[in-house]
Amino acid sequence: MSTEPDIHPIAKHDSAAERPLSQQLWWIVVSPSLWAVHFMVCYLTAAIWCEKAGVQADPFALHFAITVYTVVVLPVMAWVAWSSHREFRRSEPPVPYDFDDPADRTHFLGFTAFLLSLLSLVATLFTVLVFVFVRSCH
Amino acid sequence: MNDARESDLERSQARRLLKAWETPRGWRYWSAVNNSEVGLWYTLTAFAFFLFGGVLALVMRIQLAVPENDWLTHDQYNQIFTMHGSVMMFLFAVPILEAISIMLLPEMLGARDLPFPRLSAYGYWCFLIGGVFVCGSLFFDAAPRGGWFMYPPMTTQYQDGIGVDVWLLGLSFIEIASIAAAVELIVGVLKCRPPGMRLNLIPLYAWYILVVAVMILFAFPPLIAGDVLMELERAMDWPFFDVSRGGDPMLWQHLFWIFGHPEVYIVFLPSIALVAMMVPTFARTPMAGYGWIVLAAVGTGFLSFGLWVHHMFTTGIPGISIGIFSAASEAVAIPTGVQIFCFIATLLIGRVKRAVCLQFVLAGLATFIIGGLTGVMVAIAPFDYQAHDTYFIVGHLHYVLVGGTIFPIVAGFYYYYPFVTGKRLSERLGNLAFWLMLIGFNVAFFPMHLSGLIGMPRRVATYPSGMGLEIPNIISSIGAFVLGLGFVVLLWDVFRPKSKQPLVRRNVWDAGTLEWSGEVPDQPWGIRSIPIIQSRYPLWEQKNLLEGIDRGKFYLPDAEEGRRETLVTSAVDAELVHCLRVPGPSFLPFWAAVFTGGVFIFSTYHWWTAAGVCAVMSFCTIVTWLWTGTAEIPEKPTKSVGMGQSLPLYVSGPSAVGWWAMFITMLGDMTAFMSLVFGYFFYWTVHEEFPPAEWDGAEVYGPGTLWPMVGVALGIMAWCAVILARKSNRSDRSIAFYGAAIIGIVCSLLSALALFYGPYQNGMDPTQHVYTSSTAVLLLWTILHLVLGGVMLAYCIARRIAGRMDRQHDADLANVTLAWHFIALTTVITGATVALFPWVA
Ligand code: HEM
Ligand SMILES: [Cu+2]
Repeated sequence: MSTEPDIHPIAKHDSAAERPLSQQLWWIVVSPSLWAVHFMVCYLTAAIWCEKAGVQADPFALHFAITVYTVVVLPVMAWVAWSSHREFRRSEPPVPYDFDDPADRTHFLGFTAFLLSLLSLVATLFTVLVFVFVRSCH
Repeated sequence: MNDARESDLERSQARRLLKAWETPRGWRYWSAVNNSEVGLWYTLTAFAFFLFGGVLALVMRIQLAVPENDWLTHDQYNQIFTMHGSVMMFLFAVPILEAISIMLLPEMLGARDLPFPRLSAYGYWCFLIGGVFVCGSLFFDAAPRGGWFMYPPMTTQYQDGIGVDVWLLGLSFIEIASIAAAVELIVGVLKCRPPGMRLNLIPLYAWYILVVAVMILFAFPPLIAGDVLMELERAMDWPFFDVSRGGDPMLWQHLFWIFGHPEVYIVFLPSIALVAMMVPTFARTPMAGYGWIVLAAVGTGFLSFGLWVHHMFTTGIPGISIGIFSAASEAVAIPTGVQIFCFIATLLIGRVKRAVCLQFVLAGLATFIIGGLTGVMVAIAPFDYQAHDTYFIVGHLHYVLVGGTIFPIVAGFYYYYPFVTGKRLSERLGNLAFWLMLIGFNVAFFPMHLSGLIGMPRRVATYPSGMGLEIPNIISSIGAFVLGLGFVVLLWDVFRPKSKQPLVRRNVWDAGTLEWSGEVPDQPWGIRSIPIIQSRYPLWEQKNLLEGIDRGKFYLPDAEEGRRETLVTSAVDAELVHCLRVPGPSFLPFWAAVFTGGVFIFSTYHWWTAAGVCAVMSFCTIVTWLWTGTAEIPEKPTKSVGMGQSLPLYVSGPSAVGWWAMFITMLGDMTAFMSLVFGYFFYWTVHEEFPPAEWDGAEVYGPGTLWPMVGVALGIMAWCAVILARKSNRSDRSIAFYGAAIIGIVCSLLSALALFYGPYQNGMDPTQHVYTSSTAVLLLWTILHLVLGGVMLAYCIARRIAGRMDRQHDADLANVTLAWHFIALTTVITGATVALFPWVA
């Protein structure tokens, strides 16, 4: 019996520059970052509006601003989710030990980015719903 | 014949490797910087602080055992609960996770050490000195009293004595050490993996630690900014929180909780990371839903930053804001739930083996879930108005913290004890400790929910009889002692002499991850040779891996030049990029920590001369350390690292670990700065008129427009000069390099001067109003950065003169340029805020 370790040569991968977007590490944090930006901007807008515009003011301007933010952010998240979904759908179904082959790296990133986009979408909708249900500063 | 030669070679390789990684002996032992030693000291120290905090908790429980007790005075009780909370959060929960990671992470990644061992050592000594200082204050009746969140104005106006300063300065000092560890861990996970360990093969522990380290980087700086503001108010009377001069204590609450809520996850995720290593081992099957767990870790990391205001529901925040934060509080339950389901699924799929470790894991999960449920209750705003500041909260928070951190960490002690010492802890004693702790914990903390609902406020030294509070309190106190007894059993088991006990076999638990590849007893080299990884559980799935490692078949089996070396790989695919020489034992980090500690400690007592002397000494020590220990030009450009591969010994720019460390540090620095900017705008929102034309009958002067703008222009010129210097050095035009660097220094100093001169000649008085003080703090911050930027340039000039930097070997200059991008940005933002914004406002 041989005691030589059993290793396949590592396939050389193309360098970072040549890789599509969806195969880089930062791709997975795009959607959560958008959630964070949206969240912060909504919070700041609401805080400034409540302090400066006062309690009696008509919330139209506030709601308009929130709508604009949301219309900008949601499609991007949806696009990230969609293109990541395409990325991981190309391989075997991921359960239960999803993507534990070295060659599955891209599918793994796609899968994680997809899940994170869904989570961010849900969290963003939560934020927006607050403005739908809570209509006053106090 | 051939075989004999081969084994001869192996033996001499091993000898050289051992020599390079040898642990220093005798009193020099304390100069060790290797992750195994530093990690061990760190863990033991953090654990000692835990015991100290635990004793304080028992003291509180004695006091509260019976109503109307006067064993402790109110003042003593205030000091004790403040210290209990602060010690547990700052000196135990965060440091222990960093400690464990420093110890384990390199072994999990098959790295010989973390990329900056001396930085870890420095962080450790800072932690020890700062921690002893903060704890010691209790024995001189000088401890802080404001609760672990130190709300002003209580802590700025109604407390004499130095308690608050001890807290602010002592803990800021430790927070800096935490950030240092975070830098180390981020770079470690991204750049120091073994070849082939692509992103989808990283041990889950490393994913969690990556997330947590990034969270530390964004959570701690706001707190440091808050500390700076409060200390400036206390020491120099700059009115940030003083309402009579326009200040607002709410800013502290914001900054504290922007830190404080992520903090809960910062202490929880690493413990879950330990669980993620133990569950597959005891279930004897790979973790199910790896991608889902990564989702959970990253998702929790993000969402946890959207929760801070839920600690401030009762402070009159607008309804909409409360709503936003309630929504995020509910959303974070999703990822938390996902990872717990994955753990349970893995246990169900696998064939579970019984062990004390696993019992602790399960108890931790169950306890945490109960705490999570009461957490959802308090996240619902109306309920919070009821429960706020009662013992209900104390009950909730301990279910989360003890279930989420303490039980998993104890499980980790049982699991990794053989890894560290080569001996096992006793299962019998473990069982005893387990039941004592589990029962004791529930008996102690469950009744607190009831006493809270009856109406017992937290943070009171005593309570009246006849309200039905006697029974839950005496039960709580008894439970606390049973819990304490459990820890005594654990402690005995950890420290009892075990010289007669045999060593365990290699990989006692039959785990699949790389940290168990070590021999028993362990060798200081970390790993005999660094393997190629092709699986998540290499010890289970890669054939003949251990033989290959032991016989030096893989990378870096030798230390021909007698230097400590480890591999640096690319972030996504872990392809080889660089052979990193890591520094060996040295007392420099120790002295640097002593002197830095001196600065903070003497400042507490306002002994400015002593603090100044320490500042100079610590500056000199750190420069010596950088000068002798970093960016060293190797004797040859490349080196053969085994398996027919040759790697560069020197890299600069983004492929160098130092560049990443600088980038990450500057991100943290920027976060602290942005917190100060946030403060400025916060004051703008709460004031009708900001900047005010006059205050209290006196006119209010700002910094003017002209001089800050001159400062910005000079700052930008300095930045351009830096870029030019870098270019000239690259093309080896020395005159141009020196010229540009000197212009850079001059411009940065002039810029600092202009930023100072504006407010000075306008007669701006930082103590007058929050407008002037928040302007002054932004200017002060920027001035310090500009001066530091000048010093960095001077360092580069000296390096080049000394022949330690040249056109190819320009890592120092690359890092300084990177820092300058941030310094320039800081200057521009400050200028725009203090000089231009008042025109718009
Ligand atoms: C070992 C068993 C423990 C016991 C018996 C215990 C007991 C207590 C008690 C009675 C209080 C309430 C003080 C008051 O409001 O009057 C308290 C507060 C607190 N505890 Fe613990 N504790 C224990 C462990 C821990 C751990 C492990 C942590 C964190 C990792 C922790 C963190 C805190 C914090 C943050 C507070 C709030 C302090 C404040 O109000 O400023 N405790 N603890
Ligand atoms: Cu919270």
